[in-house]
Amino acid sequence: MIFVTLFPLWVVLKTAITPAKDLFAESTRLFPSSPTLINFERVLGFLSLEQNQAAGGSGAVINFAHALRNSLLFTACVVIFQTFFSALAAYAFARLKFPGRDLIFFLFLSATMIPGVVLFIPNFILMRDLGWLNTFQGMVAPYVLMAPFAVFFLRQFFLSMPKELEEAAYLDGASPFYIFWRLVLPLSKTPIATLSILTAIATWNEFFWPYIVARGDEWQVITVALKAFQSQSPQGGADWTGIMAATSLAIIPVIILLVVLGRQVVESLQFSGVK
Amino acid sequence: MIRALEISFTDWNLLRPPKGVGFENYRRLVADENFWHSLRVTGLYVLYNIPIQTVLGLLLAVLMDRVVRALWLRAVVILPYLLSSIVAGMIFVWLTNPQLGYVNAFIQWLGFEKQPFFGSPDQALASVAAVNIWKHMGLTALLFYAGLQSIPRSLYEAASIDGSSEWHTFWHITLPLLRPVMAFVLVTSVIGSFQVYDMIAVTTGGGPVDATRVIVWYISENAFNFLRMGYASAMSVVLFLILIAFTLVQMRLLRANQSDLG
Repeated sequence: MIFVTLFPLWVVLKTAITPAKDLFAESTRLFPSSPTLINFERVLGFLSLEQNQAAGGSGAVINFAHALRNSLLFTACVVIFQTFFSALAAYAFARLKFPGRDLIFFLFLSATMIPGVVLFIPNFILMRDLGWLNTFQGMVAPYVLMAPFAVFFLRQFFLSMPKELEEAAYLDGASPFYIFWRLVLPLSKTPIATLSILTAIATWNEFFWPYIVARGDEWQVITVALKAFQSQSPQGGADWTGIMAATSLAIIPVIILLVVLGRQVVESLQFSGVK
Repeated sequence: MIRALEISFTDWNLLRPPKGVGFENYRRLVADENFWHSLRVTGLYVLYNIPIQTVLGLLLAVLMDRVVRALWLRAVVILPYLLSSIVAGMIFVWLTNPQLGYVNAFIQWLGFEKQPFFGSPDQALASVAAVNIWKHMGLTALLFYAGLQSIPRSLYEAASIDGSSEWHTFWHITLPLLRPVMAFVLVTSVIGSFQVYDMIAVTTGGGPVDATRVIVWYISENAFNFLRMGYASAMSVVLFLILIAFTLVQMRLLRANQSDLG
């Protein structure tokens, strides 16, 4: 099992550190005879065009450093804003009383059932009308305000919190937002961390929406850039060492996350199923 | 959602203003052979995926529960799930590469013919399903594992005192108690499989000869390549209804809301 999981990843890395000229000769070896980082250098855009071609790349300019930056920005923005707005909404659903609250919550929840494509078409048209195609805000917008699972998840937690503290603060004349910001959020570190991890993983791997809405070079995220790199590559003599170096770049952050936050990641995912 | 429904009653290519056409898109859809084809392909894909993924996940979970409970193992098992479908697809396109991939080298070493995998109309869909199983099996296992942990040990002790065999215990105690997890796993993985797109995009692009043109692929082709927004919306509304129906049936069959523990 461990083999089934890890072997494919080793093959990716092995190919990425094989010099392009050795690719055919060493296709069935498990270790490259002369490992190199040159494939990483060229997909990150550190080499000039001539150096790139000499190392086996095509003439096309590839800049995965840019795509990595976009992915990081995209993920960070979605995690921060989605978590914040979801927490606000969840708190409102859990504590504030307003007419039609439960009905609105029910409608909101049923949105979890809607498949992505159904929403992408109207969202795409909306972004187009706003002139936000190929912009960062266009890419981030649908994720920021629409996260039914996150709201549901946090609402459950807020409901389970004892009310006494908040009531005491109300008596001292604190506003609802102040209580939310100073009292409720600091007490909710664990569920917020869980949610952030789940959101970060999902956002990092997102493809369909960024692909249709931000295909241009400017805001390509790493999955979209990877797909574009693959399509540009000629069918016969594909630049496999380059593609695998780029693939490694998409994998490495995930592995780092898993190594650094292993327990939280595993527990977050376990939790996502037991809701 | 309401907007999608509204668009589905129009003829709209984004260049001209939308024109209301009533149920025309839905009529056209019923007569569209490609639409039915894409539904069949999607159904077949779900059929490949779900049983294998669920059984392997359950098996793995039982093994983890019995043999090694170490956290690092769960982290390794979950790793493929953390990768994007694009990356997973790319890895397997490379592994099954006809000239250079390990998979074909291994098949040849065993003395068989090389296989085309993603390149053949007969094997492409199953190949995509295999990658999907590789990616999702770990999560399924993790969820079942969490379910297994929540079963009180005293039940097993009681069963073994009563002289119940391992298999009997598993079949009559463990499995029924896992029903809520099972329901969750089935519902989410069926919904997920119905919406496969990313993996198709890197591995086969809907081909060869339409063999992997699943419903979401067909919808997005219509919407974003041919700009048939109304028609694509009508199809996505139908997809939504299918998913709702599936979920309701599954929930009912598995009586998901009742736990036998309670």
